[in-house]
Amino acid sequence: MNDSVNNVSATGRALGDSTIEIRAMHKWYGDFHVLRDINLDVKSGERIVVCGPSGSGKSTMIRCINRLEEHQQGDIIVDGVELTNDLKNIEAVRREVGMVFQHFNLFPHLTVLENCTLAPIWVRKQPKAEAEATAMKYLERVKIPDQALKYPGQLSGGQQQRVAIARSLCMSPKVMLFDEPTSALDPEMIKEVLDVMIELAEEGMTMICVTHEMGFAKTVADRVIFMDEGQIIEENEPQQFFNNPQSERTQLFLSQILAH
Amino acid sequence: MSNTTPTAQKYAPGQHPELPPPFKTRGVMLWLRENLFSSPTNIVLSLLAIYFLYKVVPGVLEWSFFDAAFTGSDRNECKAKAGGACWAFIAERWRLFTYGFYPAEERWRVIVAFIMLVVVTIAILWEKCPLRKPLLGFAVIFPFVAAFLLVGGNGVKMLVGLACVAVVLLLLYRGFSSALFFILAIVAALAAKIIFFGGVDVPFTSIHINGIVDLEQYQQLSLKRVSTDSFGGFMLTLVIGVTGIAFSLPIGVLLALGRQSNLPIVKYACIVFIEFIRGVPLITLLFVASTMLSYFLPPGTTFNLLVRVLIMVTLFASAYMAEVVRGGLQAVHTGQTEAADALGLKYWPSMRLIVLPQALKISIPSIVNTFIGLYKDTVLVIIIGLLDPLGIGRASLAATEWNGLTNEVYLFVAVFFFISCYAMARYSIYLENKLHTGHKR
Repeated sequence: MNDSVNNVSATGRALGDSTIEIRAMHKWYGDFHVLRDINLDVKSGERIVVCGPSGSGKSTMIRCINRLEEHQQGDIIVDGVELTNDLKNIEAVRREVGMVFQHFNLFPHLTVLENCTLAPIWVRKQPKAEAEATAMKYLERVKIPDQALKYPGQLSGGQQQRVAIARSLCMSPKVMLFDEPTSALDPEMIKEVLDVMIELAEEGMTMICVTHEMGFAKTVADRVIFMDEGQIIEENEPQQFFNNPQSERTQLFLSQILAH
Repeated sequence: MSNTTPTAQKYAPGQHPELPPPFKTRGVMLWLRENLFSSPTNIVLSLLAIYFLYKVVPGVLEWSFFDAAFTGSDRNECKAKAGGACWAFIAERWRLFTYGFYPAEERWRVIVAFIMLVVVTIAILWEKCPLRKPLLGFAVIFPFVAAFLLVGGNGVKMLVGLACVAVVLLLLYRGFSSALFFILAIVAALAAKIIFFGGVDVPFTSIHINGIVDLEQYQQLSLKRVSTDSFGGFMLTLVIGVTGIAFSLPIGVLLALGRQSNLPIVKYACIVFIEFIRGVPLITLLFVASTMLSYFLPPGTTFNLLVRVLIMVTLFASAYMAEVVRGGLQAVHTGQTEAADALGLKYWPSMRLIVLPQALKISIPSIVNTFIGLYKDTVLVIIIGLLDPLGIGRASLAATEWNGLTNEVYLFVAVFFFISCYAMARYSIYLENKLHTGHKR
């Protein structure tokens, strides 16, 4: 009974079971305590936006979810697999979790199409033709099928980031992590990337998105998480979060970024 | 006045036609003015350069071509004919320079091996080479075929050995994904040794398992054995140089990856190896190879001198190569490995498909630099008594009828090395351009 209440999002959509569970997670860089007692539960189909000042640990937190960063204490369970030092678990998680980086991180020596087919061929062991068909499908979805044979260096920033999204989608991930996907883009290109992300959200993808795009948070997020000094300070549905922030720190942050 | 306002543009935004770039005026005078005489300093420098060339080039051409003797049976005959170079000497001795003391009736084997080398090299270097796939397959076994051709011996034994090595390597490769194949590879290697290659001594006991098939009875494919002592000249340079080049790159890549490894034993083993080999002059290593190694090895082991030299030269070049490749690896942005990790690629695919192609591309100039250095260092083998082209040259100069033709010998050898090294340099530039994937301008 309680479960059914839990599994409805703020926007009234039905949500599945927990895809990501983070319990009492701590992380240190040397002596520096970057993440402090992080608890987060993400249901399947849920869209979460993480915001906060720079250096607050947002990126580090989502990078822990696919083990690009190692946590030292607490549990992270992704799609039923616990992240430990076991390489098999890490690889299993990474197969199901897609990630989009601030600086795209496309492979410059491969064409757009090869960027998209590489992981399906080498990780999922798909035949080349099938991988290429899937890649073209996703490149069409991000509206750049005509650039398939170009190299990333020949594309604009917005186009590169859309390729990066398509590249992740080709692995048919269960969760997508976005690490400030629009922060390195010109204002004109931000919209084309956000449009793709909104479309993806509407199709029911589970998403965790670190971003400063508050408009995106308002329209898409089921939950907004505010972090500062390595802690989750506030966690609420967007309506409440923006109109009625609880903590002083959140109020200050919002007044600063929404001022202009 | 209205011309200055932006609204007076002839075309609406986006409607401006694409025009060809302005026509570049080309002409000899313009080229001269732009490239040679563009400023007072350049005028002075250009004139000095032209004066220098005017003074030097005619003399060189005169000595080496116009006033040179191309025929003759000894030095005096040359001198009688012309005042310049005496190429008759080279014309008479070129076989010695090419083959060393390789027996004349077996020289076809060197030629066949050389043709194979050229074909294999073209297939490796040129992407559009016809039949590239099978030729690349052949490239893998080429070292064995070449060794067999040059040294000779029992052909059947060589083929069986090659097949066994292929099977074992294949199993080892599969062993990366499943430990069972690792064990199978060891079993296969032992089985091959027992069945075809004279059996094995069980360690720590006096039991000897006898061989089953004696391959010595099959002599149909045999070639006459040629001692490696008779190798010399350009052929020896190519044998050492090509071996060093072919093996130092893969070993260097492994050492570089090992040095960056998280596994402490691998890491420190690689560091010690690289720093030790780099810290010692090549000549020292060659001396170790020629004399001291026999003290370290169990008594009675004979180990061909040429093989020892090949190993030392390869190890020496590998240590340098490792540092060159490490530089390239560090230049690849960490975002690349992160993206590969995030996509679920494991360590080896991520290295092979993402990191190494970029790292090696960045390092091409330094890699070729190391190759050229290694290639020219092969002349150092003269110190331990192998007859490289310079060694042959010195030996030839001792002949009374050609005494004193030092310039001709060294120029001839220099031209050979220059052609090889310049070809490598040009290929490196071609490769850099080909691998450039950004905006092509």
